[in-house]
Amino acid sequence: MKKYTFTEKKDTRSGFGAGMQVLGQQNPEVVALCADLVGSLKLDAFIKENPDRFIQTGISEANMIGVAAGLTIGGKIPFATTFANFATGRVYDQIRQSVAYSGKNVKICASHAGLTLGEDGATHQILEDLGMMKMLPGMTVINPCDYNQTKAATIAIADHEGPVYLRFGRPVVPVFTPADQQFEIGKAWVVNEGADVSIFATGHLVWEAIQAGEQLAAEGIDAEIINIHTIKPLDEEAILKSVSKTGCAVTAEEHNRLGGLGDSVAQVLIKNLLAPQEYVAVDDSFGESGTPAQLMEKYGLTANDIVIAAKKAIARKNG
Amino acid sequence: MEIKQLEEVASQVRRDIVRMVHGCQSGHPGGSLGCTDLLVTLYFDKMKLAEKDGNVVFNMDGKGEDLFFLSNGHISPVFYSVLARRGYFPVPELASFRKLDSRLQGHPTTHEHLEGIRVASGSLGQGLSVALGAAKAKQLNNDDSYVYVLMGDGEQQEGQIWEAAMFGPNRNLDKVIAFIDLNGQQIDGPTQKVMDNRDLGAKYEAFGWEVMEIAEGNNIAAVSKGIDEAKTKAGKGKPVMVLLRTEMGAGVDFMMGSHKWHGVAPNDEQLAASLAQLPETLGDY
Repeated sequence: MKKYTFTEKKDTRSGFGAGMQVLGQQNPEVVALCADLVGSLKLDAFIKENPDRFIQTGISEANMIGVAAGLTIGGKIPFATTFANFATGRVYDQIRQSVAYSGKNVKICASHAGLTLGEDGATHQILEDLGMMKMLPGMTVINPCDYNQTKAATIAIADHEGPVYLRFGRPVVPVFTPADQQFEIGKAWVVNEGADVSIFATGHLVWEAIQAGEQLAAEGIDAEIINIHTIKPLDEEAILKSVSKTGCAVTAEEHNRLGGLGDSVAQVLIKNLLAPQEYVAVDDSFGESGTPAQLMEKYGLTANDIVIAAKKAIARKNG
Repeated sequence: MEIKQLEEVASQVRRDIVRMVHGCQSGHPGGSLGCTDLLVTLYFDKMKLAEKDGNVVFNMDGKGEDLFFLSNGHISPVFYSVLARRGYFPVPELASFRKLDSRLQGHPTTHEHLEGIRVASGSLGQGLSVALGAAKAKQLNNDDSYVYVLMGDGEQQEGQIWEAAMFGPNRNLDKVIAFIDLNGQQIDGPTQKVMDNRDLGAKYEAFGWEVMEIAEGNNIAAVSKGIDEAKTKAGKGKPVMVLLRTEMGAGVDFMMGSHKWHGVAPNDEQLAASLAQLPETLGDY
């Protein structure tokens, strides 16, 4: 098992803010919109340096999406930002018609996704956003795993022509990917090569997968760990290459098991390469209040859950 | 363009509308006929459009030209006819309206790359936001062209409209001239009965808009004068909201004054009766 360490913990939303600051300096067409959550989205530096290119919309997310679509018509690259729940479920039809169907170059950037929002509870803990967004034709869907990857992804999507959903979160988590990385949309990252089971993880679950890999290694199980940061377009080649070697798969995501990364991987496998697959995901339920760590444990999204799923997948393969 | 010429164009556009809707036996003739005079006056006389060698050319980014957005996308027949007659795409293509493999979808879309369309619309309430965003881009680009947008009066019942109504004045988007097609009708009946909008003018004024009215929205001379007035009011700190009083079905006597022709196609006899009232001025497609 390849060794991964971290020297600090940071929130992925701060990676987004850092990426926006870079874009503010590099790309004069980039504009930011926010629906009354500037501090939570870490936009302070961008706003300070580019006050004219920041658009406060107030608490009106539907209008924000429409305004963003309109901005693209004059050649702007709008980054529309709020919490993931309000950036997707609340404005699905606005995204569908004014952005996706209209083919507009809008970047929907969403913080506080998933259970790790914590104490605010289920009203704000969206676990259906990846599914909703990946169902929209032409939408690119990205869920990076740490501060550095989020920063790199933020910078990368400005150069991608077309609508993007970028999902990140609230809690501080280990920073374990390189600071100077290039982010390639749609290209999976092989975190660790292994032979016994393929673990496909996205977002906060990538660090859990690495810890699971270490536990499995201690028990003599050689796990391949792959970071699927881009849910759509999915790196099918990387998935098939890995599973054709290992013969079984685990998917891990901070999302409902219906409609997320797991289902995307299952579609690839069922069409091309039948193999046992286990899901580590929220089992079709809403979340609740609690600390992020408590919630990840209660809803089965920890390294230990990945270890159990990996063993189950291997047993099915061998059975 | 002279008023008389605009009236001739409008007559042809109305013919196109009833023929298109008849041709596929679906679509929305009522509101299309009611808004014909506005769209003809804008596109044939008032709007600054990108041109090359005397012909209009379509650039999605619309830099340096006036823009028009149709928020109540169901009146696509009038939009398509005006765009085709103005030269954005071939007039014979109007015959493909709502048919398989057509660029003229039931509701307008950019998806099929139809020249003149800059955003999809049809799901109501979204066009004002998009227009304000396009105006914001113009503001950032130091482009002082106008952005026009048309909405329905029934559409005012959508919540997003009021989010946008707040946004426009607060962000000083004063080159936006918005129209509400005040025909008093929606699918289920008169707007006053379905969900009374009450005093829309007072509402928009309270939200910070410059509000004015065109009382005769189916009189091209009045529409022309009204648009000129709106342009003098624009650019002075507030976006402009024009209450455009029209008659649903205007130009075809038996379609007027009722919501019944909101989304119903004429049969062969009704088509003939309609066309008899509308002189063919530019040649049918």
